Amino acid sequence: MKDNALIFEISKPGRKAYSLPDCDVPKQNVEDLIPGEYLRDTAPVLPEVSELDAVRHFTRLSQLNHGVDTGFYPLGSCTMKYNPKVNEALSRLDGFTQIHPYQDETTVQGALKLMYDMDKMLSEITGMERVTLQPAAGAHGEMTGQMIIKAYHEHRGETQRTKMVVPDAAHGTNPASAVMAGFDTIEVKSDDRGGVDIEALKSVMSNEIAGLMLTNPNTLGLFDENIKEIAKIVHQAGGILYYDGANANAILGISRPGDMGFDVVHLNLHKTFSAPHGGGGPGSGPVGVKKELVPFLPKPLVEFKEGSYYLDDDRPLSIGKVKSFYGNFNVVVKAYTYILSMGADGLRQVSEGAVLNANYIAHKLKDKYLLPFDRVCMHECVFSCQKQKNKGVSTLDIAKRLLDFGFHPPTIYFPLIVHEALMVEPTESESKESLDEFIKAMRQIDQEVDTDPQQVLEAPHNTSVGRLDETLAARKPVLRWMPKE
Amino acid sequence: MSQYIANTRIQQEDMLKEMGLRSMEDLFVDIPEEVRLRENLNLPEPLSEPELVSFMRRLARKNYNGNEFSCFLGAGAYDHFIPSVVDHLISRQEFYTAYTPYQPEISQGTLRSIFEYQTMICELTGMDVANASMYDGASALGEAALMACAAVKRNKVLVARTVHPESREVINTYCKFKGIEVVEFGFRDGQIDLEDLESRMSSDTAAVIVQNPNFFGVIELLKEAGEIAHRHKALLIASVDPISLALLKPPGEAGADIVVGEGQSLGNPLNFGGPYLGFFAVEKKFMRKIPGRIVGETVDNLGRRGYVLTLQTREQHIRREKATSNICSNQALCALAATIYLTLLGKEGLKEAAELSLQKAHYTYDRLIKTGKFSPVFNAPFFKEFVVKSRTPVSALNKKLFESKIIGGYDLAKSYQEIPGGWLVAVTEKPTKEEIDILVGKAGEI
Amino acid sequence: MEIEKGLKYTKEHEWIRVEGNKAYIGITDYAQRHLGDIVFVELPEVDDEFNAGDTLGTVESVKAVSDVYTQISGQVVEINEELLDNPGMMNKEPYESWLACIEFTDTSELDQLMDAEDYKKFCTEED
Repeated sequence: MKDNALIFEISKPGRKAYSLPDCDVPKQNVEDLIPGEYLRDTAPVLPEVSELDAVRHFTRLSQLNHGVDTGFYPLGSCTMKYNPKVNEALSRLDGFTQIHPYQDETTVQGALKLMYDMDKMLSEITGMERVTLQPAAGAHGEMTGQMIIKAYHEHRGETQRTKMVVPDAAHGTNPASAVMAGFDTIEVKSDDRGGVDIEALKSVMSNEIAGLMLTNPNTLGLFDENIKEIAKIVHQAGGILYYDGANANAILGISRPGDMGFDVVHLNLHKTFSAPHGGGGPGSGPVGVKKELVPFLPKPLVEFKEGSYYLDDDRPLSIGKVKSFYGNFNVVVKAYTYILSMGADGLRQVSEGAVLNANYIAHKLKDKYLLPFDRVCMHECVFSCQKQKNKGVSTLDIAKRLLDFGFHPPTIYFPLIVHEALMVEPTESESKESLDEFIKAMRQIDQEVDTDPQQVLEAPHNTSVGRLDETLAARKPVLRWMPKE
Repeated sequence: MSQYIANTRIQQEDMLKEMGLRSMEDLFVDIPEEVRLRENLNLPEPLSEPELVSFMRRLARKNYNGNEFSCFLGAGAYDHFIPSVVDHLISRQEFYTAYTPYQPEISQGTLRSIFEYQTMICELTGMDVANASMYDGASALGEAALMACAAVKRNKVLVARTVHPESREVINTYCKFKGIEVVEFGFRDGQIDLEDLESRMSSDTAAVIVQNPNFFGVIELLKEAGEIAHRHKALLIASVDPISLALLKPPGEAGADIVVGEGQSLGNPLNFGGPYLGFFAVEKKFMRKIPGRIVGETVDNLGRRGYVLTLQTREQHIRREKATSNICSNQALCALAATIYLTLLGKEGLKEAAELSLQKAHYTYDRLIKTGKFSPVFNAPFFKEFVVKSRTPVSALNKKLFESKIIGGYDLAKSYQEIPGGWLVAVTEKPTKEEIDILVGKAGEI
Repeated sequence: MEIEKGLKYTKEHEWIRVEGNKAYIGITDYAQRHLGDIVFVELPEVDDEFNAGDTLGTVESVKAVSDVYTQISGQVVEINEELLDNPGMMNKEPYESWLACIEFTDTSELDQLMDAEDYKKFCTEED
């Protein structure tokens, strides 16, 4: 079998990897059941392989990936913490996987209780009144939150509030999500400490402002100490303050968005609450809101009355539904077991550990890599590889060289306001020993920039493929395998 | 300290000391005192692993699950058989603990499997280009509506009332905030009412949205809907059941411009409604207008074949407020399950699963009608799901069946008041003839 | 960095070649260098009408998108379809690779534009 074969290329007509029962009901002609005009003439070209072929193929594919269990994964903004195995095992209980979303409520009381509890616990953690579990991912939560804000203003007759303020350092999803809710965005600059520029913020406030989307700690990993003033400015202008929870791993049990003055919060259960990222999902992006925004949450919410839990669809002011059924329930199960194993102390220790690890890395590397904001950071630190860039080696090259050391590189070229940005988020899962290994590799690469730049420029050297031609991929898109004529 | 936090207290103190800090408090100096939380969160006391396991097992037991029951409930989430290999493979840590494949050199596993997934979706749907997945079938429809409006620069979509009620709700939510008008059109004998559709078409209609098989399980008039849409220079958006595509004409051939669907049936458990996956496929001319991630083939510096995320300028991390969508994380692991499922069943197996479902559904239908307690509602061809009219109230019927370890069909009156007593029954390849006969026997007794 | 004499330039790094009442519009060498390898271009359609300041099309590299604006009002009479198949031309020969040609009536708009010398100064300030 060719090492880089696609599943289609190892297909042999007649091979099979399934076993289905014979038809035990009287068989009728398919054409008698469905008129021929609706039937397809040629079968889709799907693989024909043995079960072992399939198992080997996907096992081999998996081996080409780097996961959190493989090694250090300090991808900034993504909170690649350890995904506890007990979460996986428990979420796979038949009582969670084999239940239909339209089963009678009396037959799924365990699932409804779990959702109800999760609403309560996430509300407590964020300082909100109620939480919807419906959004499927962080960006989906952002969109939901933005729609809630719009519905709130419209309900109050303030239809002129069509503009959402987004700082220039925000995640790309922020402006895109605001637009999904029908807002126009206004960008405000960051000040020279990476926070919201208060004067710039004041200057855009008007009765057309629907709110401000903020990540705190921000994408530079810095806590905006002016948060109370920011909240005051936005609220005085009649706006709503939105909390992007991508960086919530810094503040669990330390500070609550609700207490900071935020009105709407989304969380990423696949980041902060240890559910795995799955190679790009499924995630879960619950949204919490303060009391006056509760009527606008998506429907249904789980309520409890006379000893039983039920789905409440009677929510006349709700924005409606953003997804079928009740969200990525099975992802919520994993976050639920995580919170139950951590408890209040544990969650605070998570954030302390995450912040400590980030600061440790910043401290140990800042003599070699420029730290544009040299102050205590939160759960992640942002370097600039400008010094190395001046010597002809870019952040991308450094990231690729890290692959040779067995590390997943940090996030690069984000946030946009830092040149040659390298954003490191170690998480609390990592020991000092693994941080030291990473620090050692980073220092060696810096040395190589002077002594052996080719080594860095041509990296990676021992991955299954080298640097891939993204220009070719975009110029002449090949987006599927084609059967040979 | 929790087992999920690596450093010991002593190590933490050493690290602080090394940085010239006295305590953890020094790390949080930027947080103003007035927003610091000075008491513990009000959460339950932490559970050890054995305590957690028994707590969760108790909770799970409060849910009556499909492994102890025969499931005849569908309505958008189907109890198809899932081979053991699927969960075995998606449980490999290299798949499930990885992030989005931003670093292609160490993500070829995810990237190549997505490329295979895209190919399979194109093969099933008859379209040219598929993305790496959406949150679910309903949100894929919402995004398809937005895409169609952007592509043809119009501001209205027509949605068939035979589309899943929850999907219609999601389309509404996605559209109303963007100022897009959503108008529903009716049905006649279980299929879309072409006259009603024609009468509602106008020069501002961007797309017609149809589901096939529709919410009633009936095979829809896709081709006719496409002809009407295209005559008015609007697009046809089809939402389809992927299992049905082993038998049914690919929507691409029937004239659909955008094909989406709920992919749960492909190797993903019911999971109380999620996570599932939405697939999203288009004709080539819309390649640069679609939402979400796309993987493309290319070569590395030594000319070796490899895969990368491509056409990324459509996406939020580059185009920000001008992106085609805000979607970032999708449902990659669910799409991987679908890819593995389609690999295992393959060309013949998928057809067998579809035919078994078709045969068993028709057997169930015929037997139910013969009891005399149920009457036909529509006279139209159906695939694996059908509507009959029950003489006894559906809630009482389902309650009775539950006592016999059967999860009965969907109570159609919840969403279609015009079909009182409507019972929507789904039959996959899973239930045996014996189980079907028990269903029919019990349902006929009432 | 090349700046061709005899062309008009904009602050958004477009060049304009005026021939009679026709204006050919492309992106400058400075612009293509900042974008990197251009992989895709979106052109207007013939007969499309534009006002000064409107987006004429977009130019994309792997990781960036740039709108191309027209500072001249008028109607598109010709587009450079060759670029659709070979967008890399804009990297190789930026001043040959016009995107669209606009027929205009208001010549005063031309006076707002920079000449080669002014544009050179402008670029130095930008860096």
